[in-house]
Amino acid sequence: MDSENKKPEVWTWFDHPQNIKRLKIGFYIVLALLVIPDFFMHKHSLFSSVEAWPGFYAFFGFVACVVIILVSKLLGFALKEREDYYDR
Amino acid sequence: MIASLHPILLFFAGALLLWVLPLRGRQALILLVPAAAFATITQLPHGTFYGYELFGFDLTLLRVDKLSKAFGYIFTINAFACFLFALHLKNRYEHTAALAYIGAALGAVFAGDLISLYLFWEVMAITSTFLVLARKTQRAYGAAFRYVMVHIFGGLCLLAGILLQVNATGSVAFDGFSLEGLPTYLILIGFLVNAAAPPMNAWLSDAYPEATVTGGVIMTAYTTKTAVYTLIRGFAGCEILMFVGCTMAVYGIIWAILENDMRRILAYSIMNQVGFMICGIGIGTAMALNGAVSHAFAHIIYKALLWMSAGAVLYLTGKSKCTDLGGLYKTMPLTMIFGTIGALAISSFPFLSGYTTKPMIIYAGVNEGLFWVWLILEIASAGVFLHAGIKFPYFVFFAKDNGLRPGEPPKHMLVAMAFLSFVCIFIGVYPQPLYDILPFGAVDYHAYTFEHTLNQFQLLMFSALAFFMLLPLLKRTETISIDTDWFYRKGGKLFYFGCDKIFNGINDFAARVFGQTVPSQLTRFFSDPSRNVQKYLVQMAAEATGDDSQVKRRNKEIDHRTKAQAYPIGGGVFLAVIFLAIMSILYFI
Repeated sequence: MDSENKKPEVWTWFDHPQNIKRLKIGFYIVLALLVIPDFFMHKHSLFSSVEAWPGFYAFFGFVACVVIILVSKLLGFALKEREDYYDR
Repeated sequence: MIASLHPILLFFAGALLLWVLPLRGRQALILLVPAAAFATITQLPHGTFYGYELFGFDLTLLRVDKLSKAFGYIFTINAFACFLFALHLKNRYEHTAALAYIGAALGAVFAGDLISLYLFWEVMAITSTFLVLARKTQRAYGAAFRYVMVHIFGGLCLLAGILLQVNATGSVAFDGFSLEGLPTYLILIGFLVNAAAPPMNAWLSDAYPEATVTGGVIMTAYTTKTAVYTLIRGFAGCEILMFVGCTMAVYGIIWAILENDMRRILAYSIMNQVGFMICGIGIGTAMALNGAVSHAFAHIIYKALLWMSAGAVLYLTGKSKCTDLGGLYKTMPLTMIFGTIGALAISSFPFLSGYTTKPMIIYAGVNEGLFWVWLILEIASAGVFLHAGIKFPYFVFFAKDNGLRPGEPPKHMLVAMAFLSFVCIFIGVYPQPLYDILPFGAVDYHAYTFEHTLNQFQLLMFSALAFFMLLPLLKRTETISIDTDWFYRKGGKLFYFGCDKIFNGINDFAARVFGQTVPSQLTRFFSDPSRNVQKYLVQMAAEATGDDSQVKRRNKEIDHRTKAQAYPIGGGVFLAVIFLAIMSILYFI
């Protein structure tokens, strides 16, 4: 809690570290629940049989985002400038 | 023949009426105008009306078909919500610009020929600039200047294209073009500048975040979506647009991830979403075009919603950088909920509007066997969730608590956001009314199969996993990112610097030589020409013979003679003789 803040501190559900832990566990459970049905159903594929593998879209989404984050991180080294870049 | 009221008349009349009405009247007016325009558009019969003649061409101001009507609906619905959001504004200036801007956008959508289209196109560019200028900061003035310059460039491309096209074909008709030859390429470039396609994309992320709180909300819908409309009308099925669209979809994501300013993040996500639409236009099948129109419809709604929630935060805290924000869910829970609904809708989360529209475009690409389009658009779909779906709400409303305790925005803002949230959910759950107004045939697309919904949930939730696992890499920094505006911002400075050095250098040199050196030497010479000429000759003779022992003595004699004025003739006559001699020599040569 920041004691300097004169206003009454709003202490909410999210501020308890315990709840964040619960939220994380809930999130992992949801992720698992989303992939499990794939093992028990026939999935259609559009271009390649790989798409019918269980958890393909989960894997695809995860990898796509990791790649996007890494690429933008790398580009960031070249593209990020100080905020007054154009004023100098 | 006038069959019915032209909806743009309501907007332009409203823009004028604003200046005579008191505050209450103005508030009623800005809500009445879009509502009345919406009602008018529902009643418009198909056909062309409001014909007029200009430059010997028969032009039409009102072409009504399903395509123009679909854009008319969404433009007026969104205008209503935006004006509701902007109800607190007391000044007439911003509302006038907004009404004229939206009126011009509608005018461009309903324009039946190229010349009318061009006229509204330019009015849009000018009126929207005032929404940026109204922010009244130095940065906004700069951004507005660059914004209008880029649009003038785009407008000139369009004008040149139209003139060449009219010259070549003799027709001002605005229908599907086949992309061949300079005229159609110029028209395409003109459209693409307004669609924020790279490399002419930076005006969007430059100007929109510098606009006023309400101006930004209004601008997000019209310029780019008018461009989408014109591309559907003019260049459907044009393959190059698939590449442009895919590039935009990915470009928008990467730059949005790098960005720190929340409204700039949202500006880049406009580019990303318009990329999906343009890709659909490039695919060009009925389903792809229906997908593009429906996605434009859904996009306008959730994008306005996102900009409203960001606008409410900016309005109350005066801050828009993610590094300054965070923890706002504590005192702005409603704004957070509405913003999150918009964020999930843009990510095409099932049961929200993006899910019933965007996959239609991807599915149309799959039907055509376009593997690369499918791959890139699926990657971009995951990326949308990353930058707009999670990043925006997470860094603004959660993340690190920066101690800001602003409270909720005024009621009318909350009502506007609630209205748009409702539309997002409505289209997501029950898309049939939207599918019914789509112009390119009946929609044969079912969003809610178990498999597709499951796939989408997997895609999105594992994107979320990637976000939270790589959160340290996504930490916000107080930086800006270089975009293509670098070329004209730094290039402009370089040009200025170069011109300064070259032309001012020439100027300085000329001033030194002709203003100081030459006149002073001439003055010295003409102060006593006969003496100076003699001395010069003596000097020359001495140098020629290599004997300068006599020079001093001769000079003394010359000085003495001059002082005593011991010449039979005056200096003037002496000079005249010399000049006459030179002239006669020149003449005889």
